[in-house]
Amino acid sequence: MSSMTVNQTPPGVQSRLPVVDPAVAVARARPRTSAAETISQTFSMAWRALKKMRRNPEQFFDVTLQPLLFTAMFAYIFGGAIAGSVHGYLPLMIPGIVAQTVLTTCMSTGVQLREDMEKGVFDRFKSLPIARIAPLAGPMVADLVRYLIAASLTFAMGMAIGYRPGGGVLGVLGAILLAIFTGWSIAWIFTFIGTIARSARSVQGFSMMVLFPATFLSNAFVPVSTLPGPLAAFVKINPVSHLVSATRDLANHAMITSEVGWTLLAGLAVIMIFAPLSVRSYKRHI
Amino acid sequence: MTMTDTASVYATGLVKNFGELRAVDGIDLEVRQGEIFGVLGPNGAGKTTMLSMLATLLPIDAGQARVFGVDVAREPHRVRQLVGVTGQYASVDEDLTATENLWLFGRLQGLRSADARATASRLLEQFGLADAAGKPISQFSGGMRRRLDLAASLITRPPLIFLDEPTTGLDPRTRGQMWDTIRDLVADGCTIMLTTQYLDEADQLADRIAVIDHGRKVAEGTSDELKSSVGDSTLQLQLAEGADQDAARQTVWRVVGREPVLTPESGRMNVPLDTADRAADVLIGLRQSGVQITSVSVAKPTLDEVFLALTGHDTENADQPDETVRDEPLVEAR
Repeated sequence: MSSMTVNQTPPGVQSRLPVVDPAVAVARARPRTSAAETISQTFSMAWRALKKMRRNPEQFFDVTLQPLLFTAMFAYIFGGAIAGSVHGYLPLMIPGIVAQTVLTTCMSTGVQLREDMEKGVFDRFKSLPIARIAPLAGPMVADLVRYLIAASLTFAMGMAIGYRPGGGVLGVLGAILLAIFTGWSIAWIFTFIGTIARSARSVQGFSMMVLFPATFLSNAFVPVSTLPGPLAAFVKINPVSHLVSATRDLANHAMITSEVGWTLLAGLAVIMIFAPLSVRSYKRHI
Repeated sequence: MTMTDTASVYATGLVKNFGELRAVDGIDLEVRQGEIFGVLGPNGAGKTTMLSMLATLLPIDAGQARVFGVDVAREPHRVRQLVGVTGQYASVDEDLTATENLWLFGRLQGLRSADARATASRLLEQFGLADAAGKPISQFSGGMRRRLDLAASLITRPPLIFLDEPTTGLDPRTRGQMWDTIRDLVADGCTIMLTTQYLDEADQLADRIAVIDHGRKVAEGTSDELKSSVGDSTLQLQLAEGADQDAARQTVWRVVGREPVLTPESGRMNVPLDTADRAADVLIGLRQSGVQITSVSVAKPTLDEVFLALTGHDTENADQPDETVRDEPLVEAR
């Protein structure tokens, strides 16, 4: 039997809030989120992602250790064989490593989203009156920090072992910005994979399968002229090659070439396609 | 305003299929403003699925649902502003502290940073979590998580709150606290729709109860109405050791035309009666059949008996519909 306990004030609360009025709530309920609300919600989600990053610093291993290790390893192992000297190899290789690092960083975006979606808090996100894109875009905004670290560290490590970028400060800044933008846009593909995959492990496996050949079958580490015909043809159409070439043009010559334009355009196209796909698939996900 | 506009929830013919399985099979519901509406049913009866549809978390396959007159399928975003949802499993962020969780949910719903912080600390105070405000959720006990989860549903003070098995897994003391909290919410003007598999919870809390089994609503009414639907009172008998239980059952069937609830191991037999004075007829009949009795009492029927009478099985397991014999009642119903 239900007995209504009226005005049983819990300890510590001086006065009750006004009584809830359904009619007022209905009148106040808006049909959809505005653009301003969507942006604010995305930033709240980014705040959450940054908090989590700070509490799990091991998440930064890939964006710190990989640039340092790969830069040193590739330079000293392949430098002599490919370019005759380590010093001569650096202008070719550093932009390649930058591209490779931001692409690997994208992969973890999908894996972490998948892990996150399995947690109870995502049930609450779904029940809240918020833009459906906010839980997906928020972590990606936070990931900008990771791309920045990855790209900057690669250049820093390169310079530490003797790389002198011909593009100067502006060229390198441009290259870093381009890498961040490209990484961020490509990450939407992995976000989409995160929303459709069965588990975080399968996201990881699938992403490796795509990324490993995509980065190595490109001009990231070798001059295209040394490759056999059919492979050279593939490498030339591989989008990663365009990113690498664009990064080289900026970092080594401070030149905004058509490669830069194509890379930006491709990035935009990826966002236009995969952002709506991700939101749609996220909505369907039970 | 019509009835459908003023009702907190008004649903007709709700259906949800999961592949071959029809989890919710044409349920009609009306939850009035300011009441506690209990949805009672065993595990797998379709309670959570129904709640998820009403809360916009699952698409509705067929039928219609309105929340304060707002169509759930057509205007989900508006419905989400009117309801708070607290699920069976705590839906808060394990990596954040209690304050950070509530602050985040407040910010997401349009509160300014300072307001979100003030609301967070008020709710933590109200739910007795102020001491744990700065602790990460991973250090919270089950009861604390549940309270934080409910607090998180109340940030914007929605007029309707869905509670999915709010006390499952809680110890009796914490359970009592949760019941008090729920009653306080109603005193504030909220409407509560809760699911439970505990008969006593529905009995204690709910103004009206819908009994759900295999995705269908099998009964609805106040706790008293449901109890009197299976008879005014129950004759509780303890058969003597070695008594012929089959003969006892047949006798009861012959005298009052109802199936008794018999526990073979203990020899306990409960007989639903339309009126208490039929008890004498049963006792005379048993003596004539030579069935010996060691104790007799007459009591109001419990919700356990109601549930058994309505569904043909007890609340514990929906998969044994033919089981008319039961063990100890799942919970002690008053």
